[in-house]
Amino acid sequence: MFSAIMKSKLMQGKTLPVLIIVSLILIVWYVMAVRLNTPWQLGVYERSDVTEWTTSQFINDTLNQDRPVLPSVHQVAIELWNTTGAKFGSCWGKASDEQSLGIISKTWETIVCASTSRRSLIYHAWITLSATLLGFTIGSVLGISLAIGIVHSRAMDKSMMPWIIASQTIPILAIAPMIIVVLNAVGVSGVLPKALISTYLSFFPIAVGMVKGFRSPETIQLDLMYTYAASKSQVFWKLRWFSAMPYLFTSMKIAISISLVGAIVGELPTGAVAGLGARLLSGSYYGQTVQIWSALFMAAALAAILVSLVGVVERFATAKMGARA
Amino acid sequence: MNPVISAKKLSLTFPSNDGPVHALSEVDLDINAGEFVSFIGPSGCGKTTFLRVVADLETPTGGEVTVNGKSPHEARMNRDYGYVFQAPALLPWRTVERNVALPLEIIGMGKKEKAEHIKRTLEMVNLTGFEKSYPWQLSGGMQQRASIARALAFDADLLLMDEPFGALDEIVRDHLNEQLLKLWNDTKKTIAFVTHSIPEAVYLSTKIVVMSPRPGRVIDVIQSTLPDERPLDIRESKEFFDIAHRVREGLRAGHSYDEE
Repeated sequence: MFSAIMKSKLMQGKTLPVLIIVSLILIVWYVMAVRLNTPWQLGVYERSDVTEWTTSQFINDTLNQDRPVLPSVHQVAIELWNTTGAKFGSCWGKASDEQSLGIISKTWETIVCASTSRRSLIYHAWITLSATLLGFTIGSVLGISLAIGIVHSRAMDKSMMPWIIASQTIPILAIAPMIIVVLNAVGVSGVLPKALISTYLSFFPIAVGMVKGFRSPETIQLDLMYTYAASKSQVFWKLRWFSAMPYLFTSMKIAISISLVGAIVGELPTGAVAGLGARLLSGSYYGQTVQIWSALFMAAALAAILVSLVGVVERFATAKMGARA
Repeated sequence: MNPVISAKKLSLTFPSNDGPVHALSEVDLDINAGEFVSFIGPSGCGKTTFLRVVADLETPTGGEVTVNGKSPHEARMNRDYGYVFQAPALLPWRTVERNVALPLEIIGMGKKEKAEHIKRTLEMVNLTGFEKSYPWQLSGGMQQRASIARALAFDADLLLMDEPFGALDEIVRDHLNEQLLKLWNDTKKTIAFVTHSIPEAVYLSTKIVVMSPRPGRVIDVIQSTLPDERPLDIRESKEFFDIAHRVREGLRAGHSYDEE
Protein backbone atom coordinates (compact mmCIF):
# COMPACT_ATOMS: atom_id res chain seq x y z
CA MET A 1 0.00 0.00 0.00
CA PHE A 2 2.61 2.49 1.14
CA SER A 3 4.95 1.59 -1.68
CA ALA A 4 2.07 1.93 -4.15
CA ILE A 5 1.40 5.46 -2.91
CA MET A 6 5.08 6.29 -3.04
CA LYS A 7 5.29 4.88 -6.53
CA SER A 8 2.36 6.84 -7.90
CA LYS A 9 3.63 10.03 -6.26
CA LEU A 10 7.08 9.48 -7.71
CA MET A 11 5.70 8.79 -11.17
CA GLN A 12 3.44 11.80 -11.25
CA GLY A 13 5.81 14.40 -9.88
CA LYS A 14 9.20 15.58 -10.99
CA THR A 15 10.90 13.66 -8.19
CA LEU A 16 11.67 10.46 -10.02
CA PRO A 17 13.11 11.98 -13.21
CA VAL A 18 15.22 14.36 -11.13
CA LEU A 19 16.46 11.50 -8.95
CA ILE A 20 17.41 9.47 -12.01
CA ILE A 21 19.36 12.34 -13.56
CA VAL A 22 21.10 13.15 -10.27
CA SER A 23 22.20 9.56 -9.75
CA LEU A 24 23.45 9.34 -13.34
CA ILE A 25 25.52 12.49 -12.78
CA LEU A 26 26.89 11.07 -9.50
CA ILE A 27 27.90 7.81 -11.19
CA VAL A 28 29.63 9.56 -14.08
CA TRP A 29 31.32 11.92 -11.63
CA TYR A 30 32.77 9.15 -9.45
CA VAL A 31 33.94 7.15 -12.47
CA MET A 32 35.65 10.24 -13.87
CA ALA A 33 37.15 11.07 -10.47
CA VAL A 34 38.75 7.63 -10.22
CA ARG A 35 40.05 7.82 -13.77
CA LEU A 36 41.44 11.35 -13.56
CA ASN A 37 43.04 10.87 -10.15
CA THR A 38 44.64 7.50 -11.01
CA PRO A 39 48.01 8.79 -12.40
CA TRP A 40 48.70 10.86 -9.29
CA GLN A 41 47.70 7.99 -7.01
CA LEU A 42 50.05 5.61 -8.83
CA GLY A 43 52.85 8.16 -8.33
CA VAL A 44 52.09 8.37 -4.63
CA TYR A 45 52.26 4.59 -4.26
CA GLU A 46 55.54 4.43 -6.20
CA ARG A 47 57.19 7.11 -4.08
CA SER A 48 56.14 5.48 -0.84
CA ASP A 49 57.04 1.99 -2.07
CA VAL A 50 53.57 0.59 -1.76
CA THR A 51 53.57 -2.25 -4.20
CA GLU A 52 50.45 -4.14 -3.28
CA TRP A 53 47.00 -2.69 -2.95
CA THR A 54 43.45 -3.89 -3.35
CA THR A 55 41.02 -2.38 -5.81
CA SER A 56 38.78 -0.98 -3.09
CA GLN A 57 41.76 0.56 -1.32
CA PHE A 58 42.91 2.12 -4.57
CA ILE A 59 39.48 3.58 -5.36
CA ASN A 60 39.17 4.85 -1.82
CA ASP A 61 42.55 6.58 -2.09
CA THR A 62 41.81 8.18 -5.47
CA LEU A 63 38.57 9.60 -4.10
CA ASN A 64 40.20 11.14 -1.04
CA GLN A 65 43.32 12.90 -2.31
CA ASP A 66 44.28 16.26 -0.86
CA ARG A 67 44.56 18.01 -4.21
CA PRO A 68 42.74 15.81 -6.67
CA VAL A 69 42.41 16.66 -10.35
CA LEU A 70 38.70 16.07 -9.93
CA PRO A 71 37.49 16.08 -6.34
CA SER A 72 34.81 13.55 -5.47
CA VAL A 73 31.33 14.68 -4.57
CA HIS A 74 31.63 13.87 -0.88
CA GLN A 75 34.86 15.89 -0.60
CA VAL A 76 33.07 18.92 -2.02
CA ALA A 77 30.08 18.29 0.21
CA ILE A 78 32.28 18.08 3.30
CA GLU A 79 34.17 21.24 2.32
CA LEU A 80 30.85 23.02 1.75
CA TRP A 81 29.61 21.93 5.16
CA ASN A 82 32.85 22.89 6.91
CA THR A 83 32.76 26.38 5.43
CA THR A 84 29.07 27.01 6.01
CA GLY A 85 27.04 24.94 8.50
CA ALA A 86 29.95 23.88 10.66
CA LYS A 87 30.97 27.51 11.03
CA PHE A 88 27.79 28.11 12.97
CA GLY A 89 28.69 25.28 15.31
CA SER A 90 32.17 26.56 16.10
CA CYS A 91 30.94 30.16 16.36
CA TRP A 92 28.20 29.06 18.72
CA GLY A 93 30.83 27.42 20.88
CA LYS A 94 32.89 30.62 20.91
CA ALA A 95 29.87 32.75 21.78
CA SER A 96 28.92 30.36 24.56
CA ASP A 97 32.29 30.87 26.22
CA GLU A 98 31.21 34.37 27.13
CA GLN A 99 28.97 33.74 30.11
CA SER A 100 27.48 37.21 30.14
CA LEU A 101 25.64 36.86 26.85
CA GLY A 102 21.89 36.11 26.66
CA ILE A 103 20.46 33.66 24.15
CA ILE A 104 19.46 36.32 21.63
CA SER A 105 22.78 38.13 21.61
CA LYS A 106 24.53 34.75 21.53
CA THR A 107 22.56 33.84 18.39
CA TRP A 108 23.38 37.22 16.89
CA GLU A 109 27.06 36.82 17.73
CA THR A 110 27.02 33.41 16.06
CA ILE A 111 25.45 34.74 12.89
CA VAL A 112 27.88 37.66 12.73
CA CYS A 113 30.85 35.38 13.39
CA ALA A 114 29.77 32.72 10.86
CA SER A 115 29.17 35.25 8.14
CA THR A 116 32.29 37.35 8.65
CA SER A 117 34.94 34.67 9.10
CA ARG A 118 37.41 34.59 6.22
CA ARG A 119 37.14 30.84 6.11
CA SER A 120 33.38 31.02 5.81
CA LEU A 121 31.88 30.52 2.39
CA ILE A 122 28.81 32.43 3.59
CA TYR A 123 31.05 35.47 3.99
CA HIS A 124 32.44 35.14 0.47
CA ALA A 125 29.01 34.42 -0.99
CA TRP A 126 27.63 37.52 0.70
CA ILE A 127 30.42 39.69 -0.77
CA THR A 128 29.55 38.44 -4.25
CA LEU A 129 25.82 38.56 -3.62
CA SER A 130 25.86 42.19 -2.54
CA ALA A 131 27.67 43.18 -5.72
CA THR A 132 25.25 41.03 -7.73
CA LEU A 133 22.15 42.60 -6.21
CA LEU A 134 23.45 46.15 -6.46
CA GLY A 135 24.51 45.60 -10.07
CA PHE A 136 21.21 43.92 -10.91
CA THR A 137 19.22 46.77 -9.41
CA ILE A 138 21.17 49.42 -11.29
CA GLY A 139 21.00 47.28 -14.45
CA SER A 140 17.24 46.86 -14.17
CA VAL A 141 16.64 50.58 -13.67
CA LEU A 142 19.03 51.41 -16.51
CA GLY A 143 17.53 48.78 -18.83
CA ILE A 144 13.94 49.85 -18.16
CA SER A 145 14.82 53.55 -18.56
CA LEU A 146 16.55 52.88 -21.86
CA ALA A 147 13.54 50.87 -23.06
CA ILE A 148 11.15 53.69 -22.10
CA GLY A 149 13.29 56.15 -24.04
CA ILE A 150 13.59 53.87 -27.05
CA VAL A 151 9.85 53.16 -27.22
CA HIS A 152 8.91 56.83 -26.96
CA SER A 153 11.59 58.46 -29.05
CA ARG A 154 12.37 57.54 -32.62
CA ALA A 155 15.72 59.28 -32.35
CA MET A 156 16.68 57.11 -29.35
CA ASP A 157 15.43 54.01 -31.12
CA LYS A 158 17.69 54.73 -34.08
CA SER A 159 20.71 55.95 -32.13
CA MET A 160 20.82 53.80 -28.97
CA MET A 161 19.91 50.32 -30.13
CA PRO A 162 23.09 49.67 -32.18
CA TRP A 163 25.24 50.81 -29.23
CA ILE A 164 23.36 48.64 -26.79
CA ILE A 165 23.93 45.62 -28.98
CA ALA A 166 27.57 46.56 -29.65
CA SER A 167 28.21 46.86 -25.91
CA GLN A 168 27.58 43.15 -25.52
CA THR A 169 30.09 42.12 -28.18
CA ILE A 170 32.98 43.30 -25.98
CA PRO A 171 34.22 40.39 -23.86
CA ILE A 172 33.47 41.19 -20.24
CA LEU A 173 36.82 39.68 -19.17
CA ALA A 174 38.59 42.33 -21.27
CA ILE A 175 36.67 45.27 -19.97
CA ALA A 176 36.28 44.25 -16.31
CA PRO A 177 39.82 45.14 -15.14
CA MET A 178 39.64 48.47 -16.95
CA ILE A 179 36.40 49.40 -15.25
CA ILE A 180 37.94 48.57 -11.87
CA VAL A 181 41.17 50.46 -12.59
CA VAL A 182 39.47 53.53 -14.04
CA LEU A 183 36.96 53.74 -11.21
CA ASN A 184 39.75 53.29 -8.64
CA ALA A 185 41.61 56.15 -10.28
CA VAL A 186 38.65 58.44 -9.74
CA GLY A 187 38.31 57.27 -6.17
CA VAL A 188 35.45 54.80 -6.51
CA SER A 189 36.21 51.48 -4.87
CA GLY A 190 34.54 48.79 -2.82
CA VAL A 191 31.39 47.08 -4.00
CA LEU A 192 30.38 49.61 -6.69
CA PRO A 193 32.98 48.84 -9.37
CA LYS A 194 32.12 45.13 -9.22
CA ALA A 195 28.42 45.94 -9.25
CA LEU A 196 28.92 48.04 -12.36
CA ILE A 197 30.34 45.02 -14.17
CA SER A 198 27.14 43.17 -13.24
CA THR A 199 25.19 46.17 -14.49
CA TYR A 200 27.08 46.12 -17.76
CA LEU A 201 25.90 42.56 -18.37
CA SER A 202 22.41 42.71 -16.87
CA PHE A 203 21.00 45.90 -18.37
CA PHE A 204 21.08 44.32 -21.83
CA PRO A 205 18.42 41.58 -21.54
CA ILE A 206 16.23 43.97 -19.56
CA ALA A 207 16.50 46.75 -22.15
CA VAL A 208 15.87 44.43 -25.11
CA GLY A 209 13.07 42.55 -23.36
CA MET A 210 11.32 45.68 -22.18
CA VAL A 211 11.48 47.38 -25.58
CA LYS A 212 9.60 44.37 -26.88
CA GLY A 213 7.30 44.37 -23.84
CA PHE A 214 6.43 48.07 -24.07
CA ARG A 215 5.61 47.53 -27.74
CA SER A 216 3.47 44.46 -27.05
CA PRO A 217 0.03 46.15 -26.61
CA GLU A 218 -2.26 45.37 -29.53
CA THR A 219 -3.19 48.06 -32.05
CA ILE A 220 -6.79 47.89 -30.89
CA GLN A 221 -5.74 48.67 -27.30
CA LEU A 222 -3.61 51.60 -28.46
CA ASP A 223 -6.52 52.83 -30.62
CA LEU A 224 -8.76 52.62 -27.58
CA MET A 225 -6.41 54.82 -25.54
CA TYR A 226 -6.21 57.18 -28.51
CA THR A 227 -10.00 57.60 -28.61
CA TYR A 228 -9.82 58.61 -24.92
CA ALA A 229 -7.26 61.25 -25.88
CA ALA A 230 -4.96 59.66 -23.27
CA SER A 231 -1.56 61.27 -22.72
CA LYS A 232 1.67 59.38 -23.43
CA SER A 233 2.27 58.83 -19.75
CA GLN A 234 -1.28 57.51 -19.25
CA VAL A 235 -0.78 55.09 -22.14
CA PHE A 236 2.47 54.03 -20.53
CA TRP A 237 1.26 53.53 -16.97
CA LYS A 238 -2.16 52.08 -17.77
CA LEU A 239 -1.31 49.96 -20.80
CA ARG A 240 2.34 49.53 -21.78
CA TRP A 241 3.68 48.84 -18.29
CA PHE A 242 1.24 46.03 -17.55
CA SER A 243 1.53 44.55 -21.04
CA ALA A 244 5.28 44.37 -20.51
CA MET A 245 5.12 42.41 -17.21
CA PRO A 246 5.68 38.92 -18.69
CA TYR A 247 8.68 40.28 -20.60
CA LEU A 248 10.02 41.97 -17.47
CA PHE A 249 10.17 38.78 -15.43
CA THR A 250 11.64 36.70 -18.22
CA SER A 251 14.42 39.22 -18.77
CA MET A 252 14.95 39.67 -15.02
CA LYS A 253 15.58 35.94 -14.64
CA ILE A 254 18.28 36.12 -17.29
CA ALA A 255 19.63 39.38 -15.92
CA ILE A 256 19.99 38.25 -12.32
CA SER A 257 21.92 35.12 -13.23
CA ILE A 258 24.33 37.01 -15.48
CA SER A 259 24.66 39.66 -12.77
CA LEU A 260 26.11 36.91 -10.60
CA VAL A 261 28.46 35.91 -13.39
CA GLY A 262 29.44 39.58 -13.73
CA ALA A 263 30.19 39.91 -10.03
CA ILE A 264 32.34 36.76 -10.02
CA VAL A 265 34.16 37.82 -13.18
CA GLY A 266 34.67 41.23 -11.61
CA GLU A 267 36.55 39.57 -8.74
CA LEU A 268 38.82 37.45 -10.90
CA PRO A 269 41.21 39.85 -12.67
CA THR A 270 41.38 42.40 -9.87
CA GLY A 271 43.08 40.53 -7.11
CA ALA A 272 40.03 40.66 -4.90
CA VAL A 273 40.61 38.96 -1.55
CA ALA A 274 37.00 38.20 -0.77
CA GLY A 275 34.08 36.84 -2.76
CA LEU A 276 33.36 33.66 -4.66
CA GLY A 277 35.57 34.85 -7.53
CA ALA A 278 38.44 35.35 -5.11
CA ARG A 279 37.90 31.83 -3.76
CA LEU A 280 38.03 30.45 -7.29
CA LEU A 281 41.21 32.38 -7.99
CA SER A 282 43.06 31.49 -4.79
CA GLY A 283 41.91 27.90 -5.18
CA SER A 284 43.50 27.72 -8.60
CA TYR A 285 46.73 29.42 -7.39
CA TYR A 286 47.26 26.81 -4.70
CA GLY A 287 45.77 23.81 -6.51
CA GLN A 288 42.92 23.67 -4.02
CA THR A 289 40.47 21.97 -6.36
CA VAL A 290 38.08 21.09 -3.55
CA GLN A 291 37.86 24.77 -2.67
CA ILE A 292 37.23 25.69 -6.31
CA TRP A 293 34.46 23.18 -6.68
CA SER A 294 32.75 24.15 -3.48
CA ALA A 295 32.85 27.81 -4.56
CA LEU A 296 31.35 26.74 -7.87
CA PHE A 297 28.56 24.88 -6.13
CA MET A 298 27.91 27.85 -3.90
CA ALA A 299 27.65 30.08 -6.99
CA ALA A 300 25.27 27.62 -8.64
CA ALA A 301 23.11 27.46 -5.53
CA LEU A 302 23.07 31.27 -5.33
CA ALA A 303 22.01 31.54 -8.97
CA ALA A 304 19.25 28.99 -8.45
CA ILE A 305 17.98 30.84 -5.38
CA LEU A 306 18.07 34.23 -7.12
CA VAL A 307 16.25 32.99 -10.22
CA SER A 308 13.58 31.26 -8.17
CA LEU A 309 13.15 34.40 -6.06
CA VAL A 310 12.36 36.30 -9.26
CA GLY A 311 9.94 33.46 -10.05
CA VAL A 312 8.20 33.93 -6.69
CA VAL A 313 7.81 37.66 -7.31
CA GLU A 314 6.50 36.87 -10.78
CA ARG A 315 3.87 34.47 -9.43
CA PHE A 316 2.82 37.07 -6.89
CA ALA A 317 2.57 39.78 -9.54
CA THR A 318 0.62 37.66 -12.04
CA ALA A 319 -1.80 36.64 -9.30
CA LYS A 320 -2.26 40.34 -8.50
CA MET A 321 -2.93 40.95 -12.17
CA GLY A 322 -5.78 38.46 -12.18
CA ALA A 323 -4.16 35.68 -14.13
CA ARG A 324 -5.94 32.34 -14.46
CA ALA A 325 -5.31 30.26 -11.38
CA MET B 1 -30.93 71.35 -35.69
CA ASN B 2 -27.33 70.74 -36.64
CA PRO B 3 -26.40 67.15 -37.48
CA VAL B 4 -24.16 65.29 -35.02
CA ILE B 5 -22.02 63.94 -37.83
CA SER B 6 -21.83 65.71 -41.15
CA ALA B 7 -19.69 64.50 -44.05
CA LYS B 8 -19.30 66.43 -47.29
CA LYS B 9 -17.49 64.91 -50.25
CA LEU B 10 -15.44 62.91 -47.75
CA SER B 11 -12.66 60.92 -49.42
CA LEU B 12 -9.85 58.76 -48.12
CA THR B 13 -7.24 57.16 -50.33
CA PHE B 14 -4.60 54.75 -49.05
CA PRO B 15 -1.46 54.34 -51.12
CA SER B 16 -0.61 50.71 -51.84
CA ASN B 17 1.71 48.72 -54.06
CA ASP B 18 -1.10 48.05 -56.53
CA GLY B 19 -1.91 51.73 -56.82
CA PRO B 20 -4.12 53.90 -54.60
CA VAL B 21 -7.02 52.28 -52.74
CA HIS B 22 -10.12 54.46 -52.57
CA ALA B 23 -11.49 53.50 -49.18
CA LEU B 24 -13.96 56.38 -49.23
CA SER B 25 -15.01 58.30 -52.29
CA GLU B 26 -16.98 61.57 -51.99
CA VAL B 27 -19.26 60.42 -49.20
CA ASP B 28 -22.05 62.86 -48.30
CA LEU B 29 -23.93 61.97 -45.16
CA ASP B 30 -25.65 63.62 -42.21
CA ILE B 31 -26.43 61.85 -38.95
CA ASN B 32 -28.84 63.65 -36.64
CA ALA B 33 -29.07 63.54 -32.88
CA GLY B 34 -30.86 60.48 -31.55
CA GLU B 35 -30.61 58.51 -34.78
CA PHE B 36 -29.49 54.89 -34.89
CA VAL B 37 -27.58 54.64 -38.16
CA SER B 38 -26.25 51.35 -39.52
CA PHE B 39 -23.57 51.07 -42.16
CA ILE B 40 -23.82 47.93 -44.21
CA GLY B 41 -21.83 46.64 -47.14
CA PRO B 42 -19.23 44.03 -48.08
CA SER B 43 -15.62 44.13 -46.84
CA GLY B 44 -13.68 47.04 -48.29
CA CYS B 45 -16.70 49.32 -48.75
CA GLY B 46 -15.28 51.81 -46.27
CA LYS B 47 -17.87 51.47 -43.51
CA THR B 48 -15.28 50.93 -40.80
CA THR B 49 -13.04 53.55 -42.38
CA PHE B 50 -15.87 56.08 -42.18
CA LEU B 51 -16.28 55.36 -38.46
CA ARG B 52 -12.53 55.63 -37.91
CA VAL B 53 -12.43 58.99 -39.69
CA VAL B 54 -15.21 60.25 -37.43
CA ALA B 55 -13.22 58.99 -34.44
CA ASP B 56 -10.02 60.72 -35.66
CA LEU B 57 -8.31 57.32 -36.00
CA GLU B 58 -7.82 58.01 -39.74
CA THR B 59 -7.21 61.29 -41.55
CA PRO B 60 -9.31 61.95 -44.67
CA THR B 61 -7.51 62.92 -47.86
CA GLY B 62 -10.38 65.02 -49.22
CA GLY B 63 -13.67 66.61 -48.27
CA GLU B 64 -14.88 67.57 -44.86
CA VAL B 65 -16.35 65.95 -41.80
CA THR B 66 -17.60 67.51 -38.58
CA VAL B 67 -18.59 65.89 -35.29
CA ASN B 68 -20.84 68.07 -33.15
CA GLY B 69 -19.82 70.91 -35.45
CA LYS B 70 -16.12 70.35 -34.63
CA SER B 71 -13.27 68.63 -36.39
CA PRO B 72 -12.84 64.96 -35.44
CA HIS B 73 -9.63 65.89 -33.61
CA GLU B 74 -11.40 68.47 -31.46
CA ALA B 75 -14.25 66.07 -30.86
CA ARG B 76 -11.81 63.39 -29.70
CA MET B 77 -9.98 65.81 -27.42
CA ASN B 78 -13.37 66.79 -26.01
CA ARG B 79 -14.32 63.10 -25.54
CA ASP B 80 -17.48 63.59 -27.58
CA TYR B 81 -17.86 59.92 -28.49
CA GLY B 82 -17.48 56.42 -27.14
CA TYR B 83 -16.00 53.81 -29.46
CA VAL B 84 -16.77 50.08 -29.38
CA PHE B 85 -14.31 47.97 -31.35
CA GLN B 86 -14.80 44.66 -33.16
CA ALA B 87 -13.06 42.86 -30.30
CA PRO B 88 -13.80 43.69 -26.64
CA ALA B 89 -10.18 44.86 -26.13
CA LEU B 90 -10.58 44.65 -22.37
CA LEU B 91 -7.36 44.91 -20.38
CA PRO B 92 -6.87 41.37 -19.04
CA TRP B 93 -5.26 42.54 -15.79
CA ARG B 94 -8.26 44.68 -14.86
CA THR B 95 -11.57 43.48 -13.45
CA VAL B 96 -14.78 44.45 -15.24
CA GLU B 97 -15.33 47.49 -13.05
CA ARG B 98 -11.71 48.60 -13.39
CA ASN B 99 -11.99 48.22 -17.17
CA VAL B 100 -15.04 50.45 -17.17
CA ALA B 101 -13.12 52.82 -14.90
CA LEU B 102 -10.27 53.15 -17.42
CA PRO B 103 -11.69 56.07 -19.45
CA LEU B 104 -12.88 57.71 -16.23
CA GLU B 105 -9.38 57.52 -14.76
CA ILE B 106 -8.02 59.06 -17.94
CA ILE B 107 -10.36 62.03 -17.81
CA GLY B 108 -9.50 62.33 -14.12
CA MET B 109 -12.93 61.77 -12.60
CA GLY B 110 -13.31 61.86 -8.81
CA LYS B 111 -13.62 58.63 -6.87
CA LYS B 112 -17.24 58.93 -5.82
CA GLU B 113 -18.51 60.08 -9.20
CA LYS B 114 -16.51 57.29 -10.81
CA ALA B 115 -18.18 54.63 -8.65
CA GLU B 116 -21.63 56.01 -9.63
CA HIS B 117 -20.81 55.95 -13.32
CA ILE B 118 -19.50 52.40 -13.13
CA LYS B 119 -22.57 51.19 -11.27
CA ARG B 120 -24.96 52.90 -13.68
CA THR B 121 -23.28 51.77 -16.90
CA LEU B 122 -22.90 48.18 -15.71
CA GLU B 123 -26.62 48.18 -14.92
CA MET B 124 -27.31 49.41 -18.45
CA VAL B 125 -25.56 46.40 -19.99
CA ASN B 126 -26.86 43.93 -17.37
CA LEU B 127 -23.47 43.16 -15.87
CA THR B 128 -24.32 43.98 -12.27
CA GLY B 129 -22.75 41.29 -10.09
CA PHE B 130 -19.74 40.83 -12.35
CA GLU B 131 -17.82 43.90 -11.16
CA LYS B 132 -14.98 41.87 -9.68
CA SER B 133 -14.70 39.33 -12.51
CA TYR B 134 -11.72 39.28 -14.80
CA PRO B 135 -12.34 39.29 -18.57
CA TRP B 136 -11.27 35.65 -18.97
CA GLN B 137 -14.01 34.63 -16.56
CA LEU B 138 -16.70 36.09 -18.87
CA SER B 139 -18.27 34.73 -22.05
CA GLY B 140 -17.63 36.51 -25.37
CA GLY B 141 -21.02 38.23 -25.22
CA MET B 142 -20.45 39.45 -21.67
CA GLN B 143 -16.99 40.74 -22.61
CA GLN B 144 -18.48 42.75 -25.45
CA ARG B 145 -21.16 44.09 -23.09
CA ALA B 146 -18.40 45.17 -20.70
CA SER B 147 -16.69 46.99 -23.56
CA ILE B 148 -19.99 48.75 -24.39
CA ALA B 149 -20.29 49.76 -20.74
CA ARG B 150 -16.77 51.17 -20.98
CA ALA B 151 -17.75 53.20 -24.06
CA LEU B 152 -20.83 54.50 -22.24
CA ALA B 153 -18.99 55.29 -19.03
CA PHE B 154 -18.23 58.96 -19.56
CA ASP B 155 -21.65 59.83 -20.95
CA ALA B 156 -20.72 60.78 -24.49
CA ASP B 157 -23.86 61.41 -26.53
CA LEU B 158 -22.42 59.69 -29.56
CA LEU B 159 -21.64 55.98 -29.69
CA LEU B 160 -19.53 54.61 -32.56
CA MET B 161 -19.79 50.83 -32.86
CA ASP B 162 -17.62 48.90 -35.29
CA GLU B 163 -19.15 45.44 -35.82
CA PRO B 164 -19.39 44.93 -32.06
CA PHE B 165 -21.29 41.65 -32.36
CA GLY B 166 -19.53 40.31 -35.46
CA ALA B 167 -17.64 37.61 -33.56
CA LEU B 168 -20.62 36.35 -31.54
CA ASP B 169 -23.02 33.54 -32.35
CA GLU B 170 -26.49 34.39 -33.59
CA ILE B 171 -28.38 33.59 -30.40
CA VAL B 172 -26.16 35.83 -28.29
CA ARG B 173 -26.28 38.43 -31.03
CA ASP B 174 -30.12 38.52 -31.01
CA HIS B 175 -30.07 38.99 -27.30
CA LEU B 176 -27.51 41.79 -27.42
CA ASN B 177 -29.38 43.51 -30.28
CA GLU B 178 -32.48 43.62 -28.13
CA GLN B 179 -30.52 45.03 -25.19
CA LEU B 180 -28.81 47.60 -27.38
CA LEU B 181 -32.16 48.82 -28.73
CA LYS B 182 -33.46 49.16 -25.20
CA LEU B 183 -30.35 51.06 -24.19
CA TRP B 184 -30.76 53.37 -27.19
CA ASN B 185 -34.45 53.91 -26.36
CA ASP B 186 -33.59 54.73 -22.75
CA THR B 187 -30.66 57.04 -23.38
CA LYS B 188 -31.55 58.54 -26.78
CA LYS B 189 -27.89 58.53 -27.73
CA THR B 190 -26.82 58.89 -31.33
CA ILE B 191 -25.42 55.56 -32.53
CA ALA B 192 -23.39 54.84 -35.63
CA PHE B 193 -23.22 51.07 -36.08
CA VAL B 194 -21.20 49.09 -38.61
CA THR B 195 -22.42 45.61 -39.49
CA HIS B 196 -22.26 42.80 -42.00
CA SER B 197 -25.70 41.52 -41.18
CA ILE B 198 -28.80 42.68 -43.04
CA PRO B 199 -31.29 41.55 -40.34
CA GLU B 200 -29.20 43.24 -37.66
CA ALA B 201 -29.11 46.51 -39.64
CA VAL B 202 -32.83 46.47 -40.33
CA TYR B 203 -33.81 45.49 -36.83
CA LEU B 204 -31.71 48.13 -35.07
CA SER B 205 -31.64 51.18 -37.30
CA THR B 206 -33.67 54.28 -37.91
CA LYS B 207 -31.46 54.88 -40.92
CA ILE B 208 -29.49 52.36 -42.98
CA VAL B 209 -26.54 53.43 -45.09
CA VAL B 210 -25.81 50.90 -47.83
CA MET B 211 -22.25 51.09 -49.11
CA SER B 212 -20.27 49.43 -51.88
CA PRO B 213 -16.56 48.86 -52.44
CA ARG B 214 -13.95 50.00 -54.99
CA PRO B 215 -14.32 52.87 -54.50
CA GLY B 216 -16.03 52.92 -51.09
CA ARG B 217 -19.18 54.96 -51.57
CA VAL B 218 -22.77 55.35 -50.39
CA ILE B 219 -25.29 53.55 -52.64
CA ASP B 220 -28.49 54.14 -50.73
CA VAL B 221 -29.70 55.74 -47.51
CA ILE B 222 -32.87 54.07 -46.22
CA GLN B 223 -35.07 55.77 -43.63
CA SER B 224 -36.64 52.97 -41.59
CA THR B 225 -40.40 52.88 -41.25
CA LEU B 226 -40.32 50.54 -38.26
CA PRO B 227 -41.58 51.98 -34.94
CA ASP B 228 -39.11 52.81 -32.14
CA GLU B 229 -40.47 49.99 -29.98
CA ARG B 230 -39.29 46.80 -31.65
CA PRO B 231 -39.97 43.39 -30.18
CA LEU B 232 -37.81 40.58 -31.62
CA ASP B 233 -40.72 39.20 -33.68
CA ILE B 234 -40.98 42.42 -35.66
CA ARG B 235 -38.48 40.62 -37.82
CA GLU B 236 -41.29 38.43 -39.14
CA SER B 237 -43.31 41.43 -40.36
CA LYS B 238 -43.81 42.48 -43.98
CA GLU B 239 -42.40 45.94 -43.27
CA PHE B 240 -39.19 44.34 -42.03
CA PHE B 241 -38.87 42.21 -45.18
CA ASP B 242 -39.53 45.23 -47.40
CA ILE B 243 -36.68 47.16 -45.82
CA ALA B 244 -34.38 44.12 -45.94
CA HIS B 245 -35.30 43.75 -49.61
CA ARG B 246 -34.35 47.35 -50.32
CA VAL B 247 -31.01 46.85 -48.55
CA ARG B 248 -30.36 43.81 -50.72
CA GLU B 249 -31.28 45.73 -53.84
CA GLY B 250 -28.81 48.42 -52.86
CA LEU B 251 -26.07 45.86 -52.27
CA ARG B 252 -26.83 44.28 -55.65
CA ALA B 253 -26.68 47.66 -57.39
CA GLY B 254 -23.26 48.15 -55.81
CA HIS B 255 -22.14 44.78 -57.26
CA SER B 256 -21.65 43.45 -53.76
CA TYR B 257 -22.95 40.04 -54.80
CA ASP B 258 -20.67 39.70 -57.85
CA GLU B 259 -18.07 36.96 -57.80
CA GLU B 260 -14.69 38.26 -56.85
